[in-house]
Amino acid sequence: MSFTKRTAKPGFSVQNIGSALSQAVVLTIVLGIVYVLFTNTQENLAIRGIESGFAFLDHEAGLPIGDSLINYSPTRSYGYAFLVGILNTLFVSFLAVIFATILGVFVGIARVSHNWLLAKVAAIYVETLRNLPLLLTLFFIYSVVLAALPHPREAIELMEGVYLSKRGFYLPRPLAEAGFPVFLTAMLVAFVLGLGFWRWAASYKMRTGKPMPGFWGGLGIVVALTGIAYIATGRPISSELPVYAGFNFKGGLAMKPEFASLLIGLVLYTAAYIGENVRSGIQSVQAGQIEAANALGVSNAVVTRKVLLPQALRVTIPATTNDYASLVKNSSLAVAIGYPDMVSIGGTIIGQNGQAVEIIGMWMAVYLTINLIISLGMNYLNARVLHVER
Amino acid sequence: MQDKNIIFQPSPARPAPSSRVGPVAWLRSNLFGGWKDTVVTLVLLAILVATVPRLIDWLFIRATFVGDADTCRQSGGACWPFIVDKFKVLMLGVYPQELGWRPGVTAIALIVLAALTYTNRVRGIVLILAWAILPVFALVMIGGAFGMREVDQSLWGGLMLSIMLALVGVIVSIPLGVLLALGRYYGPPVVKSLCVAFIELLRGVPLITILFMASVMMPLFLPPDLIINNLLRIQIAMILFSAAYMAEVVRGGLQAIPSGQTEAALALGVSRVRTIAFVVVPQALRHVLPPLIGRCIALFKDTSLVIIVGLLDFLGMIKNAALDTSWLGFQAEAYVFAAFVYWSICYSLSLYGRELERRGPAGQKH
Repeated sequence: MSFTKRTAKPGFSVQNIGSALSQAVVLTIVLGIVYVLFTNTQENLAIRGIESGFAFLDHEAGLPIGDSLINYSPTRSYGYAFLVGILNTLFVSFLAVIFATILGVFVGIARVSHNWLLAKVAAIYVETLRNLPLLLTLFFIYSVVLAALPHPREAIELMEGVYLSKRGFYLPRPLAEAGFPVFLTAMLVAFVLGLGFWRWAASYKMRTGKPMPGFWGGLGIVVALTGIAYIATGRPISSELPVYAGFNFKGGLAMKPEFASLLIGLVLYTAAYIGENVRSGIQSVQAGQIEAANALGVSNAVVTRKVLLPQALRVTIPATTNDYASLVKNSSLAVAIGYPDMVSIGGTIIGQNGQAVEIIGMWMAVYLTINLIISLGMNYLNARVLHVER
Repeated sequence: MQDKNIIFQPSPARPAPSSRVGPVAWLRSNLFGGWKDTVVTLVLLAILVATVPRLIDWLFIRATFVGDADTCRQSGGACWPFIVDKFKVLMLGVYPQELGWRPGVTAIALIVLAALTYTNRVRGIVLILAWAILPVFALVMIGGAFGMREVDQSLWGGLMLSIMLALVGVIVSIPLGVLLALGRYYGPPVVKSLCVAFIELLRGVPLITILFMASVMMPLFLPPDLIINNLLRIQIAMILFSAAYMAEVVRGGLQAIPSGQTEAALALGVSRVRTIAFVVVPQALRHVLPPLIGRCIALFKDTSLVIIVGLLDFLGMIKNAALDTSWLGFQAEAYVFAAFVYWSICYSLSLYGRELERRGPAGQKH
């Protein structure tokens, strides 16, 4: 930054004119290149007979999609097919972020554990996953691990209605019965009451100094009221069990092998990185802090919650923001194992109508938006844990 | 006999309590300290006992090392003749086998140069020149020129292709990344915003979309009569992608240089360009050597993505080998071998990075 000071003189000076000129030259060159690329593209598209613009989004797609969260049939439009892809990308990324965070926190804590065996196992896990390409891990899970599961006929039944087979994982599908809206309302009320108790308990503790178990009390209220409401409304949730018929299961919730591999792969890979962030966060807290708290007779759980975590998070959160962003981008590897995410569906569309410019533009717009949202959310979280300096 | 001047004679130190030393005490404090630790240890031991012996049995004991597909199927263990049979294809792709010595010589040159760098035998400008010449040497040797038989780039493949893509990618993207970082950090507003736009755009999207762009869209951008082959387009995409990440790493190094360094250089009358080139950048690069190595590892891992746009790199050849009908059913071996190769290369690179980190910035030793 110190270089800009020398030229920052007010008014016209030789340096200012020189700087303005050189910037104008750079800008002209870049705009010139963009213009040449643009005219080339127009010319090339004309030669190949590819129309440009987003009109194709309304045309009938005609492409089959194996796994979709919303109702889809090949007669729907390209735009709708792309939307299915966006939702699939968001869905798998969302689940992977949650599971990777849970596993990553465990791994990070395990790496600094006093238990030698646990620390070593965690270290081997991290060093293995971080030094292999994610794509290799995905292929391995998809074509070796999941392929080793039995045929649906001999599916492994974990418990009633939960089956593992090489065609995917099948779970009971929850179904809403008559009293469900009433139950849902009661559950929301219970949640609000629980939250209210938690906040009241905190302020009671601040006013009187007497302990009041806010979190556990609030949780108790939610669980008890929800339970009562469930029975009072006549058990309004039933489940549809998957049934083996023909060559595969029918009914129930299906988790296809492609989705399962992508999810497992993303979680295992990202958790290794998050584990390292958690470890460096924990190790950044000076041992003296913890010893001091222990010496004051503070319990281990409170030391962790009030001394260790708030300081560790300052190191962990910024690094983890990057890993979440990479996870979302890495979900595009779905295309290699046939899970229909946004890139996979977009690639098929390019193959059909050649409108690569538009599709690639849409990919970039969606990914940039997701990244922006992640970094905004994590920056908000980061601002809350930052050290307040006087 | 006792010295009469000493009135206090300390008694000899007693041995440490037996509960604090020896293997039993080690076990107690590291594995069985409290019931929680004991439970964790026992659960982990149970998992290890259930898996590790079976893994070793499959990998080595019941494995077949010599024979064909039938002997493999009878033994029920891992089938290593499959890897031996496919070895050349995995390393070189469909590169003409009688010319295999040419990539071999290139690989030896790479290893020798890496070793010389590690031992600090060559330094400074010579080192930089040697690394800059290496990709050119590799292209000439593998592609053929100066009277050597030419091998079309569509025949390049296997581990050779993965290493080539990563090596050229790293060597070209580092200087490009330095320029981008300088533009972002010191540049006038227009240059600065162009650099920021480039860096954030490339870092914000998955590599796959950039590879698609190189493979499908770049021909649309170029004049109709200019044809660049697919491999080169993908190499360019990887270089640009890597440069955006390198730029962010280098920026961290630039931020770590105290402003006193530049002020001192300017006060001595050194020009701005020379100050940046000879005072700022070398120090910044030394600061960020470990994360730069990390980016090299990441780029090497990322080369596996080129199979999505139709190049047959190492992972691509592994996938092909697993589909060979005469060796059907040995996918696990193929992927285990791939994991072994990728892991060995990446792990040695990361050890190399840690060694550099341990040595610290070289400048501080003088």
